[in-house]
Amino acid sequence: MEIKVISEKCNGCKICIEKCPFGAIEMDANGKAFITERCNLCMVCVKACPVQAIEAIGERQKKTSAEGKDIWFFAETKRDKISYVSYELLNFARNISSQINQKVCAVLFSTKSKGEELSQQLISHGTDRVYLVEDETLAEFRHDIYVCLTANLILKHKPNIFLASATMLGRSFIPQVAARIKTGLTADCTDLKIDSKTKLLLQIRPTFGGNLMAMIMCENYRPQMATIRPKTIDEAPVIPGYKGEIIQESYKSFSPTCRVELIKKEKTEQTIDIQESEIIVSGGRGLGDGKNFDMLKKLADLLGGVVGASRAAVDAGWMPYPHQVGQTGKTVKPKLYIACGISGAIQHLVGMQTSDYIIAINKDSNAPIFKVANLGIVGDIFQIIPAMIKKIENNN
Amino acid sequence: MKFIVCIKQVPDTMEVKIDPKTKRIVREGIPSIINPYDTYALEEGIRLKERFQGESIAITMGPPQADASLRECIAMGIDSVILLSDRAFAGSDTLATSYTLSQAIRKISDVSLVICGREALDGSTGQVGPEIAEFLGFPIITYVKEILNIANGFVECVRLMEDHYETLKSPLPAVITVIKEINEPRLASLKGLLKSKKANIPLWTKNDLGGEDKSYGQDGSPTKVADIWAHEIKKEVKIIQHDEPEQSAEEILNQIKDWGFAIKWK
Ligand SMILES: Cc1cc2nc3c(=O)[nH]c(=O)nc-3n(C[C@H](O)[C@H](O)[C@H](O)COP(=O)(O)OP(=O)(O)OC[C@H]3O[C@@H](n4cnc5c(N)ncnc54)[C@H](O)[C@@H]3O)c2cc1C
Ligand SMILES: Nc1ncnc2c1ncn2[C@@H]1O[C@H](COP(=O)(O)O)[C@@H](O)[C@H]1O
Repeated sequence: MEIKVISEKCNGCKICIEKCPFGAIEMDANGKAFITERCNLCMVCVKACPVQAIEAIGERQKKTSAEGKDIWFFAETKRDKISYVSYELLNFARNISSQINQKVCAVLFSTKSKGEELSQQLISHGTDRVYLVEDETLAEFRHDIYVCLTANLILKHKPNIFLASATMLGRSFIPQVAARIKTGLTADCTDLKIDSKTKLLLQIRPTFGGNLMAMIMCENYRPQMATIRPKTIDEAPVIPGYKGEIIQESYKSFSPTCRVELIKKEKTEQTIDIQESEIIVSGGRGLGDGKNFDMLKKLADLLGGVVGASRAAVDAGWMPYPHQVGQTGKTVKPKLYIACGISGAIQHLVGMQTSDYIIAINKDSNAPIFKVANLGIVGDIFQIIPAMIKKIENNN
Repeated sequence: MKFIVCIKQVPDTMEVKIDPKTKRIVREGIPSIINPYDTYALEEGIRLKERFQGESIAITMGPPQADASLRECIAMGIDSVILLSDRAFAGSDTLATSYTLSQAIRKISDVSLVICGREALDGSTGQVGPEIAEFLGFPIITYVKEILNIANGFVECVRLMEDHYETLKSPLPAVITVIKEINEPRLASLKGLLKSKKANIPLWTKNDLGGEDKSYGQDGSPTKVADIWAHEIKKEVKIIQHDEPEQSAEEILNQIKDWGFAIKWK
């Protein structure tokens, strides 16, 4: 909807200027009223004009809660440490903040003994303000409590943008926060931009199995919320001497309760998180058999890396699911990714294409994996990989 | 005890194309399937009612054609189904979708558990489950890989997180989202197929659901798709083919060293 002055009808009485609650009407050089960008579409002027010279064009849009300030991110922790995903969010938030000139604020849940130290770490990487909630129950992810605290902090301080990581934790509780606030949430974004004209957040994400990219906006509700796929951006570096403030928020004041009881916590069989490794040697259907992964494991060990797998290899039972790279597995961004016997279906590529360096070995010179490789070797993995292993071993 | 399974009909994503002019997804000629993740939810719904008695009900919000997917649910062994379909639901994002589904679930008495897939193939947001939980005021357990027991008004499940499992106990009614490790979905039985052909699929529209008009469809959807484009990858690539595997191995290791990785070899 748009509010417009019909110049021919305007008699220059200025009643509308007095009535406008947003100071959004001015007089032009010809003594006629005109509407400026400050207009909030409230329609007060339309009703106030004694000569019906102001009209509303188009349908009325909701401006329900479209106000907010600052860019917030949820600082995820793991075993009492700031998780790397938090620094990735911080990097995105800082990129945006330079374009809309708003503060970058973290929401941090911590136990009492660690809150101050973790907050200082966030600040040293470029966070302007940390909203810190401390309580012993916050050592573990308690879904209901996280929803309650996050939603209440948002309602209290009204951020403009709220980012969280698309980890299993973020994807579990953030949607419920969005539903409680009644705002939009864009899942699993791989890029964020600011629209230069409207200053709205442009949320970019793969969709339809990675075949398409979509740009999503949330115009009329605040905060503009998004979860961000891990490993799509570098971590924010330390900025020496960066200053920020810590706002202590009282846990009790929000009286959180948890309906679901945690009975037991146990490690999965897999002890390494492939997302945290700098080198990944990945295998696909080309390996032909589960036991051939031993060869990849050996190479990965020699290079100081870990083993990843395509979905075809995981579905065949050759590697456990936590090693799966791609759309339905993990997104990884190691320094070096070596793809062995992987064709490079789009669902695999979206999970690894932002790796710093990619090497692909495939006997089919037309395999799409070669589109993303810095170095593509056409050849047989059963000959090349043993040769690599031999060369490294002979040297040591 | 009723077990509600939320399923979505999705296009088979491997074959998606977009019209470059209208930026709309070309749906003609693309087969529709039950979201593969939801088949695990369906299987679990059927197993739970076999284990603990009660009724399994599949619901979906979608266009009238979605009734074909509901027939597949019946063929698999789901007791009854409901189709939520109305022009007013068009343009729903996850918030409006979960509102609509939760309004329908509210109308069903004696619900114990709402089961969703981990995410849909098309949007892959995984947001609908947690948002339904919020609208219904039910507790939720995400990424469930095993239901240990349902007894005395509680459900006990094991859920997967990135690097650990958690055993959790929630009061009923509750929402869970399930992952593929939870079970092996069964195929339709002959008896089921016959039943599904004859079944009459109940249709609920906005009028049946009540609630606030402005929470449905486009009006109830805060997010808007502003643009959509095909995913392209552009990169400088060096592709090499050597006769001898030793040469290839040498080339790779040299390159790795050039990039600054500290490995040594002869
Ligand atoms: C919704 C959806 C989600 C998906 N999610 C994922 C995901 O998360 N991750 C994922 O990986 N896939 C995913 N897929 C599957 C994806 O489409 C592909 O099917 C899969 O990645 C193929 O795995 P692959 O490359 O190992 O197997 P193939 O496509 O069979 O490729 C094997 C390759 O090995 C080569 N090869 C064979 N023998 C040798 C040899 N001796 N030496 C050298 N090369 C050899 C062949 O030339 C071939 O290119 C998804 C699909 C869908 C529909
Ligand atoms: N239109 C729908 N009708 C019924 N269930 C749905 C619908 N959309 C999503 N769901 C459920 O919510 C889960 C997550 O979907 P999504 O949030 O779209 O990725 C799916 O696996 C379904 O169980």
